Amino acid sequence: MKKIFAIALAVVMVMALAVPAFAADEIVIGVFEPLSGDNGAGGKQETLGIQYANAETPTVEVDGVTYDVKLVVADNESSTDKAVSAATQLVAAGSSVVLGTYGSAVAIAGSDTFGDAGIPVIGVTCTNPQVTEGNEHYFRICFLDPFQGTVQANFAHDELGATKAYCLGQLGNDYDQGLINYFTQAAEALGMEVTAESFPEGNSDFTSYLTNAKNAGAEVIFAPCSISYAQLIVEQAASQGIDVPITAPDTWDSNVVMEAVQGTDLEVYCTTFYAEGGDPEFEEGFKEYLNSDSTALANNGGNDMIAAVSVMGYDAYYTALEAIKAAGSADPADVMAALPNVTYTGVSGAIAFDEIGDAIRDSAFIKQANTETGVWDFVAAQSVADAE
Amino acid sequence: MSNFVQANLPYLLAGISVGGQYALIAIGYTMVYGILRLINFAHGDVFMVAGLVMVYTTTAMPMYLSIPLVIVATVVLGFLIERVAYKPLRSAPRMSVMISAIGVSYLLQNCALYFTGGLAQVYPTIPWLSNSVTIGSATTKVVTIVTPILTVVLVFALVLFIQKTKIGMAMRAVSKDFETSQLMGIKINSVISMTFVIGCFLAAIGSLLYFTNYPSVIPTSGSMPGLKAFVAAVFGGIGSIPGAVIGAFVIGICENIIKGLGSSWTIFSDAFTFVLLIVVLLVKPTGIFGEKATDKV
Amino acid sequence: MEKTLRKDPAGKIGAAISACLIAALYIFLILLDNVLPANSFTLMLIPVLKKGAIYSLICVSMNLLNGFTGLFSLGQAGFLLVGAYAYSIFAIPADQHAAVYQYFDGGAIGFSIPEALSRLLGENAGNFVGAIICIIIAGLVAAAFAALIGVPVLRLKSDYLAIATLGFAEIIRAIFQWNGLGPVTNGSNMLRKYTNFSAIQIGNIKLATAFPFFISMICIGLIVLLIHSSYGRAFKAVRDDEVAAEAMGISLFKHKMLSFVISSFFAGVGGALLAMYQTTIQANAFKSAMTYEILLIVVIGGIGSISGSCIASFLYIACNEWWLRFLDSGSFFGISVPFFRDGFRKVVFSVLIMVIVLFFSRGIMGDKELSFAGMIRKHRNKTAEGGDGQ
Repeated sequence: MKKIFAIALAVVMVMALAVPAFAADEIVIGVFEPLSGDNGAGGKQETLGIQYANAETPTVEVDGVTYDVKLVVADNESSTDKAVSAATQLVAAGSSVVLGTYGSAVAIAGSDTFGDAGIPVIGVTCTNPQVTEGNEHYFRICFLDPFQGTVQANFAHDELGATKAYCLGQLGNDYDQGLINYFTQAAEALGMEVTAESFPEGNSDFTSYLTNAKNAGAEVIFAPCSISYAQLIVEQAASQGIDVPITAPDTWDSNVVMEAVQGTDLEVYCTTFYAEGGDPEFEEGFKEYLNSDSTALANNGGNDMIAAVSVMGYDAYYTALEAIKAAGSADPADVMAALPNVTYTGVSGAIAFDEIGDAIRDSAFIKQANTETGVWDFVAAQSVADAE
Repeated sequence: MSNFVQANLPYLLAGISVGGQYALIAIGYTMVYGILRLINFAHGDVFMVAGLVMVYTTTAMPMYLSIPLVIVATVVLGFLIERVAYKPLRSAPRMSVMISAIGVSYLLQNCALYFTGGLAQVYPTIPWLSNSVTIGSATTKVVTIVTPILTVVLVFALVLFIQKTKIGMAMRAVSKDFETSQLMGIKINSVISMTFVIGCFLAAIGSLLYFTNYPSVIPTSGSMPGLKAFVAAVFGGIGSIPGAVIGAFVIGICENIIKGLGSSWTIFSDAFTFVLLIVVLLVKPTGIFGEKATDKV
Repeated sequence: MEKTLRKDPAGKIGAAISACLIAALYIFLILLDNVLPANSFTLMLIPVLKKGAIYSLICVSMNLLNGFTGLFSLGQAGFLLVGAYAYSIFAIPADQHAAVYQYFDGGAIGFSIPEALSRLLGENAGNFVGAIICIIIAGLVAAAFAALIGVPVLRLKSDYLAIATLGFAEIIRAIFQWNGLGPVTNGSNMLRKYTNFSAIQIGNIKLATAFPFFISMICIGLIVLLIHSSYGRAFKAVRDDEVAAEAMGISLFKHKMLSFVISSFFAGVGGALLAMYQTTIQANAFKSAMTYEILLIVVIGGIGSISGSCIASFLYIACNEWWLRFLDSGSFFGISVPFFRDGFRKVVFSVLIMVIVLFFSRGIMGDKELSFAGMIRKHRNKTAEGGDGQ
């Protein structure tokens, strides 16, 4: 028995060695996204945007030679301790450039692995400033948390007229805690009173937190957390009859959250990267792509509503292609050198990088969940000037 | 005073509700432990699987069919786990059985991860139970009120079953002395199977109530409630069914009070359960209602 | 691994073979880091080797407790966490504190041991010695925690001990995530930017892969020495029969405590290495699932076998991170297999583990050890028997 076991293992080993062999006319773009875990739903939608872009433009021309672009997807399971091995997988797959990830904590955890291998990464929707700070290889195409937190605080103060806010985020999640931090700073500067609480990972009972919010006299609840918790918070807020507005950052811009909000009396707002209707041509194509593939449709949450993260994924792919073209080679080092000067006008707006590697972006959209029709209604566009 | 009650009633209600759900899981732990001296680590995951089965069956059939089906499926799962993973190890050291239980728990979680693709599954709304209801200052779901009542009724029925029926008597005998009861002609295997069947039946009911309250199922949904239910069983005195129920309510209520204490404490809401466990183990290892036993400490 | 110092040529030959293999291993590791080209094979091999070496130590430390002393403890993740935090807290360079402790005004600790030593000894030596000092601190802090916890908990038996240690691991996790300790532990946020494997080198020779092997091997060596000492025999006596052991004059509490503290020390060292490997750590990752994973590796290797734990660690890590990855990828040699999708690898794994638990409960090695001396003797006996038969 042991012998058979040993032989089986040996066979597997040999296969593992034999499998990877690159085709010469292929460029690999790594996709570093959570496909399972707390951020799985968002990660899948972001990946869909990348995959759609790849289906649309599967080749890139470098120096007159046309290369096929191959996407290699690694699941980082939304977990900081799985980030290293997922990142290693992409490094070993020979990625020229990596796209990802949804969720700043995992982006930070995987960052060093890419940095050591000299592979540039384009962050799609990781909004924490720490992702790009102090390194050469991480770039990003989305806005940052200090901006988003300020936008949120201004919105709560000016539009909703709130003087007391209650923040609820997940413990140990850099994304949640970072946003709460920036929101609090901005809100306190506006003279608001802020109570912040955190729930442990895997928590499913939010009734007590919502009661805390009520007891604290909060006039707005700011809940920067991942989609799976958002769904529970919405559900329990509705059954508890919470009547103050709930505002949330980009994560909540998802049809999963929308489904939970639909049919309730809640007032839910979120900031996001893209407002539906911004580019009808893209939307039509993307919806067609979703509807033609049942797996894609299931990954998008069962319907063809367009999530802002998919749009960002789409833009990130094209930004990567621009970088490869600008570099004139698929070598990661060349791509990294070329990236800071890459500009691209995508569906979500113009993309250019500043000296840290962050996108120079000046606008965020605020949307409100329409509880009757089940779509996000556009409320306002906020820009940096307004935020400051 | 009335202000105080108004502000705190929601915590209490949430505590009682979640306590009732823990109680239904805790009974499964306490009965299995009473008979096999095994911490059935997989029990919390059985609870989670019951939730997932509900999610998938409701997409294919009406609610009045899927609820009984969930209960049957959970009971069958519990029965199979016992037959496949625990029965072959009956004469093995206790550690091996416990490792097997951990293995089963790992297997169930990973299967759930595979089938759900790692995404949170939205639990279907059960009519009536999911409706909102207002009690005093608190607005909550009907299920919050139903849970403690249903729990008490079920426990009462179970106690009657164990006291009055023949198989109940056999269960009591086996938990007193495994070997001797075997010599007395009790069919050990059927008694053990029956224990798992009852435990899983209650876990299935518990999962219906729990997930109606917190309508999202993830592969690890079962592990924390499972551990807390086990602590409840230890707190009440392992082997004692009323003890487990009281323990579960205490844990449910305390945990929600801690969440209400303010931001620096919420993090300890899970840890509190374990502090309680350790204190009980050290001060009164047999729990509040446990019988004196010599081999525990 | 086992040292046989009897006047037996097989023992000498065995020791010589072991020494040669170890030397060859280190040469290979150093070549791997410095000379060998980075292709898809070596890129996957290096992390597997590093993590395998670290997990070997962690599993051996758990085996010392569960396999050799018979204490069924499920608190390993807690001690790994303590070790990982203790290491990283003292190894974050001062100028990175503001960035790492961004929500706690740069934190309470304004220095880094590797950095301070770098100033004294030069950068490479400073990092090397500093990392080792931090690793030792990690072990000591974990051991101190174990000593505190052990006093109440070790009075409990078998499954009660298991559940109490599991509970303690959860409590430790909550304490480390508490914002009140934020200036030291960074609350629930990540610790990062500390000295990691890539900073370890002598001259121009990188030791990123050799270093975890070096530390693990020393620690496992110490554990082996301990097991062969009179303490080790006392541990085994406690495991086999507590009453008899006590009757022989072995103090139960003292030996249980000793084993618990020592095991936790090495778990702390393992945690420190894990932190170096991951380059970022967060208390959230050290859940009970991690303890279960380690326990299952110990079971696969064989409870009570050091070499079994090591072999199982490397096999497990290699399968998990590398060889069985194709199960998740959706295709097998280019043939698409519909049920090969994300998560299938873990299902296969857990089925495999159940098969081992149920049908091969002794694991790969049982309670035997891999020893070249033993192999030589066995081989010789076999041929001798063959000779007698004629």
